[in-house]
Amino acid sequence: MIIQALAFYAFAAVAIASGVMVISARNPVHSVLFLILAFFNAAGLFVLLGAEFLAMILVIVYVGAVAVLFLFVVMMLDINFVELRQGFLQYLPIGALVGLILLAELVLIFGAWVAAPGASQAAMAPTPSALTNTAALGMLLYTHYVYAFQAAGAVLLVAMIGAIVLTHRARPDSRRQRIARQVARRRDETLEIVKVRPGEGA
Amino acid sequence: MLHIGLAHYLTVAAILFTLGIFGIFLNRKNVIIILMSVELMLLAVNINFVAFSAFLHDLVGQVFAMFVLTVAAAEAAIGLAILVVYFRNRGTIAVEDISQMKG
Repeated sequence: MIIQALAFYAFAAVAIASGVMVISARNPVHSVLFLILAFFNAAGLFVLLGAEFLAMILVIVYVGAVAVLFLFVVMMLDINFVELRQGFLQYLPIGALVGLILLAELVLIFGAWVAAPGASQAAMAPTPSALTNTAALGMLLYTHYVYAFQAAGAVLLVAMIGAIVLTHRARPDSRRQRIARQVARRRDETLEIVKVRPGEGA
Repeated sequence: MLHIGLAHYLTVAAILFTLGIFGIFLNRKNVIIILMSVELMLLAVNINFVAFSAFLHDLVGQVFAMFVLTVAAAEAAIGLAILVVYFRNRGTIAVEDISQMKG
């Protein structure tokens, strides 16, 4: 019990601290690295909650794909980040005001929040106790939510096609194989037979 | 204090969500940090989903968190692709200049 509580506080503290660093780091590369740290600690929180599959998905999808994509873009674009940071403190008061009001409202909600009496009985898909988390999630995802699952796949496909269409550009200077030209080539276009007399050179 | 309940997880998620909003206000010129702040907010939403799923013994929350993850990944990919194209056209990623894109 006490180890669980300590682990929760450690994961939560590091996640929030790295969240602060994401938005306040001077160098965007550091921001991305702190974002990765925040995702790792959120995955730890998911493990504490018993959602092992989502924790692993978070590590694989976010740390392995999304964060690396961010890192790639930050390093690929040659951006003057010092110029972008000008006026950084200009919006600090209004941002802090909005953030504090929102946080206060959320904490007030948690203070006065109670579950409805029948909430635990009204579960749509009660967690089965005999299965592992991954198996239970698969049983649910491939039966009741199979259409939503397919739609999620379609969303990813559209995102992939969209990203390729947006960033692809035809490069005129790239030397690409043109099979039709290779096949249509004739011998007399490329080959010349020179009669060389001995002792004179070509 | 040592008993970790639902409220603890919701508080962490609320703080992370607020940090995301704060980040959008603070880095108004840098689109990359704004996109990262959006990712932080979606992570907070996911923590809420999974926490409710665990404490109400209902697996649907985790299914939904997975869909949120999918959409977040697609959004990051498209957003960064748009950013790359915009940088190619203008040589900068300042947010103020984007309002010139009309028609």
